[in-house]
Amino acid sequence: MAKVIERKPLNWAEKTYLPQILSGLKVTFRNMFRKKVTLEYPEERPALPAHYRGAPTLVKDPNDRVKCVSCQLCEFVCPPKAIRITPGSINPGADPERSHVEKEPKEFEINMLRCIYCGLCEEVCPEEAIFLQNTFSLTGQSREELVFKKDKLLEMGGTLPDSHFKWDKKKEAEVHAAEGGHH
Amino acid sequence: MIEAILLKALFALIVIGVLMGLCAYSVLAERKVSSWIQGRVGPNRTALPFVAAIPIVGPMLQRMGIFQPIADGAKFLFKEEPVPGHVNKFYFFLAPILSIVPALLTVVVLPFGEYYTAAGEACPIVLANLDIGILFVFAVSSLGVYGIIIAGWASNSKYPLYGSIRASAQMISYELAMGLSVLPVFLWANAPQSDAGLNLFSVVSAQEDIWFIFWQPISALLFLVALFAETNRLPFDMPESETELVGGFHTEYGGFKFGLFFVAEYAHMIIGSAVFTILFLGGWNFLPGLGDLWPHNVLGAIISVVWFMAKVAMLLFLFLWVRWTLPRFRYDQVMNLGWSVLLPLAIANLLFYTLLIAFIERA
Repeated sequence: MAKVIERKPLNWAEKTYLPQILSGLKVTFRNMFRKKVTLEYPEERPALPAHYRGAPTLVKDPNDRVKCVSCQLCEFVCPPKAIRITPGSINPGADPERSHVEKEPKEFEINMLRCIYCGLCEEVCPEEAIFLQNTFSLTGQSREELVFKKDKLLEMGGTLPDSHFKWDKKKEAEVHAAEGGHH
Repeated sequence: MIEAILLKALFALIVIGVLMGLCAYSVLAERKVSSWIQGRVGPNRTALPFVAAIPIVGPMLQRMGIFQPIADGAKFLFKEEPVPGHVNKFYFFLAPILSIVPALLTVVVLPFGEYYTAAGEACPIVLANLDIGILFVFAVSSLGVYGIIIAGWASNSKYPLYGSIRASAQMISYELAMGLSVLPVFLWANAPQSDAGLNLFSVVSAQEDIWFIFWQPISALLFLVALFAETNRLPFDMPESETELVGGFHTEYGGFKFGLFFVAEYAHMIIGSAVFTILFLGGWNFLPGLGDLWPHNVLGAIISVVWFMAKVAMLLFLFLWVRWTLPRFRYDQVMNLGWSVLLPLAIANLLFYTLLIAFIERA
């Protein structure tokens, strides 16, 4: 059976609009004492969710080694072409600790004016060397200043925990092989 | 004689200074109240170098935005003042002056406190205690619309013209209801054998026992609604209607000339609140039914002024509160409300109280 809703005509008080105005005033008055919804920005910072996509940064592994091997996948995947890598190699003589690591970028530039924070570089990186982290506010006086160099990117990135230790494992395997083991 | 004139001039300067200060701080109040209602914090950054350095008090004042009006005013002074090429220069410059002068002029007849002479006679604290007080207020405050009309006309552009046409239509429509709504108040204040006339001080004296807002609530409501319309505040801000008419009548104005319009709007609001307080909220009388409580000396005079200002501040808050609650009426609805609701209601109200007072006096 259809439900019949009684449509009452407006009564005398409602026709004057005054009760509605008063209830509106009550709403706004209560609003004045609510918790403020805005942040006082430079002093207060928003709580960023996990995996927030801020500025891309280069990270080091827990052994304080640059993880990037300059494969240039990020440079090629980058939609706005913000990344430019100059590949370089590691001199095993000068740096015996890292002789087993394949390569390291000679220069790594990200143009933050071009970057669109899409996160494709992070997704494509086979070495887990580039991460979009929490920096969301970048300012500079010139365009050059906002082309971030390798040192700056490494400083912003810091060290992230690593579960693979790829190069340690490679070294272990090499040592093991040299000892005549399997492999 | 010279001394009396100088004293009066000094007094006038103080009153104008206080009024302008109140205007500046009602702009701050507007910004703060709107922020609170919208869940924001409001202006809290402006700081004067030395004052803000005082421990505890300085930062507290800064949080309250106390220094913000100084920055706002200075901004208007130092901004570029564009004068568009297509305007009528003479009237374009005249309009802001015409709009602020009547707003500041009405304060002359407003009593804002009372003191007792050595002979024990009650006197108002007022610049000029005119017998035709309320008439003067109505006559001069409605001159303010000339500023708006001339601004719209001289701007020689469509939106300001629309704004000023709406302003004049609205002003004419609501002036009638406003005038009629206060007549019962004066009918009651002019009891037999009293020479109250249209004097504002005697209206307050007549409210020592009962405030007129309780005795004549319909008059008070009509006056309040008309007051919102006369001061061009939301929900009746037809002349500005920033969502429809760009900036309304002041679209072509910038810099200090716009600042004058801005101050005039707030001065109108303050004076409107003061008139409402005098007519309906018992002026400086403490609370309804308590009679004349303040001591008959200098302290009593100061308390009466402060109490009066407190009531005005409450009404100003009501103005701001309503502005950030209600949306704007449509133009034709405003006209409809003015002519076919408020005006008949005001006439009926006047008739009712005329008959009632006649009946009471006969009895």
